[in-house]
Amino acid sequence: MTMMTGAQIFVESLLRENVEYLFGIPGGVVIPVFDALFDSPLKVILTRHEQGATHAADGYARATGKVGVCLVTSGPGACNTVTGLATANMDSIPIVVFTGQVPTPMIGNDAFQESDIVGITRPITKHNFLVRNARDLARIIKEAFYIASTGRPGPVLVDLPKDVAVTETEYVPVSEVTIRGYKPVLDGHVKQIKKAAELINASKKAVIYAGGGVILAGAAKELVQLAHKTRLPVTTSLLGLGGFPADDKLFLGMPGMHGTRFANYALSECDLIVAVGTRFDDRVTGNIKEFAVHAKIIHIDVDPTAISKNVRVDVPIVGDAANILAKLIPLVTRTDNGNWLKQIEDWKAQYPLTYKDSDKEIKPQYVVEQIYEATKGEAIITTEVGQNQMWAAHYYKFKSPRSFLSSGGLGTMGYGLPAAIGAQLGRPDKVVFDIAGDGSIQMNIQELATAVHNRLPINVAILNNHFLGMVRQWQELFHNRRYSSTCLLNNPDFVKIAEAYGAKGMRIRKKKDVRPAIEEAIKTPLPVILDFEVAREENVYPMVPVGAGIHQMIGGLA
Amino acid sequence: MKHTISVLVENQFGVLARISGLFSGRGFNIDSLSVGETEDPTVSRITLVVKGDDMIIEQVIKQLNRLVDVIKVSDLTKDDFIDSELALIKIPCDGKTRSEIMQIVDIYRGRIVDVALRSLTVELSGSEENVRGIMDLLQEFGKLEVVRSGKIAISRDRKNTRGNNHK
Ligand SMILES: Cc1ncc(C[n+]2csc(CCOP(=O)(O)OP(=O)(O)O)c2C)c(N)n1
Repeated sequence: MTMMTGAQIFVESLLRENVEYLFGIPGGVVIPVFDALFDSPLKVILTRHEQGATHAADGYARATGKVGVCLVTSGPGACNTVTGLATANMDSIPIVVFTGQVPTPMIGNDAFQESDIVGITRPITKHNFLVRNARDLARIIKEAFYIASTGRPGPVLVDLPKDVAVTETEYVPVSEVTIRGYKPVLDGHVKQIKKAAELINASKKAVIYAGGGVILAGAAKELVQLAHKTRLPVTTSLLGLGGFPADDKLFLGMPGMHGTRFANYALSECDLIVAVGTRFDDRVTGNIKEFAVHAKIIHIDVDPTAISKNVRVDVPIVGDAANILAKLIPLVTRTDNGNWLKQIEDWKAQYPLTYKDSDKEIKPQYVVEQIYEATKGEAIITTEVGQNQMWAAHYYKFKSPRSFLSSGGLGTMGYGLPAAIGAQLGRPDKVVFDIAGDGSIQMNIQELATAVHNRLPINVAILNNHFLGMVRQWQELFHNRRYSSTCLLNNPDFVKIAEAYGAKGMRIRKKKDVRPAIEEAIKTPLPVILDFEVAREENVYPMVPVGAGIHQMIGGLA
Repeated sequence: MKHTISVLVENQFGVLARISGLFSGRGFNIDSLSVGETEDPTVSRITLVVKGDDMIIEQVIKQLNRLVDVIKVSDLTKDDFIDSELALIKIPCDGKTRSEIMQIVDIYRGRIVDVALRSLTVELSGSEENVRGIMDLLQEFGKLEVVRSGKIAISRDRKNTRGNNHK
């Protein structure tokens, strides 16, 4: 019989889950746990804010496909994880967040640094636990990792009272999980798969619309096979970017509010949508009444709740995308869609994704293109939220899964820098860039300290337009240029900030300096901030105005 | 349309909050909800009555199923089922009206559980219609005080709403 404290069981259980890094910040009630970590092989990455810890765990998970892990204290520490949990929840990212909690006898008494974090995070986690007894800890941790990483992945929170961490109990390792109410369906209904194949084979103008689920399920290879065999063009949602190679002839780019014209026209005129691992977000569909009115819809998703939530589906298939596509591929044939592909080629030629470049000022799109070229499309790109995010999505051609990390569902400013830290730790072989806005970067800029301390060579490219750019764009287009609270007149000197943290900073004001600065940043073994002074009132086009159908785009014409 | 949904859940703290949160977070209204342990003390059964069109009900059922603590969800409305609820009704009365009230209660198979000087309390179980029926009649005697348990329901005979087949 092995006796261990809860804290020791915690360490042992994490080692058994092959955890490499824990992101977090200590505090009163978790001191015993941090104490147990002190001489364990687990590496703790001390962030400067718990939001940073959760986004870093999220970035680590997105970049590696493994579960990201956090450990924070009770009350304020726990509450600071809320945005990170909600972000991971919206994008189905597997993270496990451990929060300290006041001792069980004090729970509910408004004890110092107490908060009902299980209650607070119930709607923004896939599941959460309050550990009430050290005996349950090993099982709960096993279940937490299992729930986070299987089915439709998502964040799980485990609330760990202080007395649980210090109590000695018998340690019984748990190797198997059985949860009566949790049995993800992975296989896909054979008859439905057959029906889907028949619809595909009979289609003349079909489109594949893939989402983040393709990446989460590791189904990118099967997606390419399906597209190539049938000759169906492919559009991917923001989170699906990298799920299909952007340099493939069949790639249409992203659909929706800031989608390409040809992706939106294709979805609007197609006779069949093969949707894989995506949830028909309103940013993709635009006005739902006008969405894909001529199309039948096949929808493959591991989460039954995603199916028929926003659009009526003709052939629902619940299961793992890789699994289902592998079964579907032998049943499909090359489709008779020559005219359709021709039509799409015409749209592509007529309405390419483009911007007006300039020699007088630096265009943000140009910066992204240069990052793409300098990194040969092989970097991991994280983004903040706003115009920077859309330009990164448009002008960096993502070739492989897990190379584009961005807060899609929640749209969390402040995501990109900590996510870049997690990604760089998980993928030390990769060049990592955070493409940022000057507004967003200030939301978690303190994590530069984390990057410097761990000598992570991440690069932050600030597209500095001295505005909360995306909001300013809406104000320009829909509120008569009344720039209410979107002008950032007092931005700090980002170069000095970088230097103050011990990172490297560069300010770039001229177009000719853009590429050399990027090259130099890549070579620098330290975190680097590149402060690009870009055209201040550049807009993201094309754009579907709110309430319009996605075929009704404005702007961005060559 | 009204749906009667039967949900088997782990008998754990926090489960009810998860379920009610699911409804409030989506702006779905719950008409009634009742919970109790089943023959297996680790499992509770929740009976929910929800109003909504097919698309809403489909989502409600899927969302319930998604909860890790939910073992099984059955929409009883589609099949044959038996339902019942318990009501306690306090009726103002005096010497003159007492016997008349007692007759009505008898017809509805209610049980007088308390008699006071100026009121009678009746316990009644049965279908929602039954409870509504007697309330309509008793209203004539003055302002009623009513406590209802919310509906509990069970499928008839063949259909399995237990947790032993997968959901
Ligand atoms: C935490 C948070 N607060 C507010 C918003 C609303 N919002 C969306 S985009 C945006 C502007 C972002 O500005 P900036 O980071 O400078 O990027 P730009 O659009 O200029 O590239 C804002 C405020 C948000 N998405 N997240």
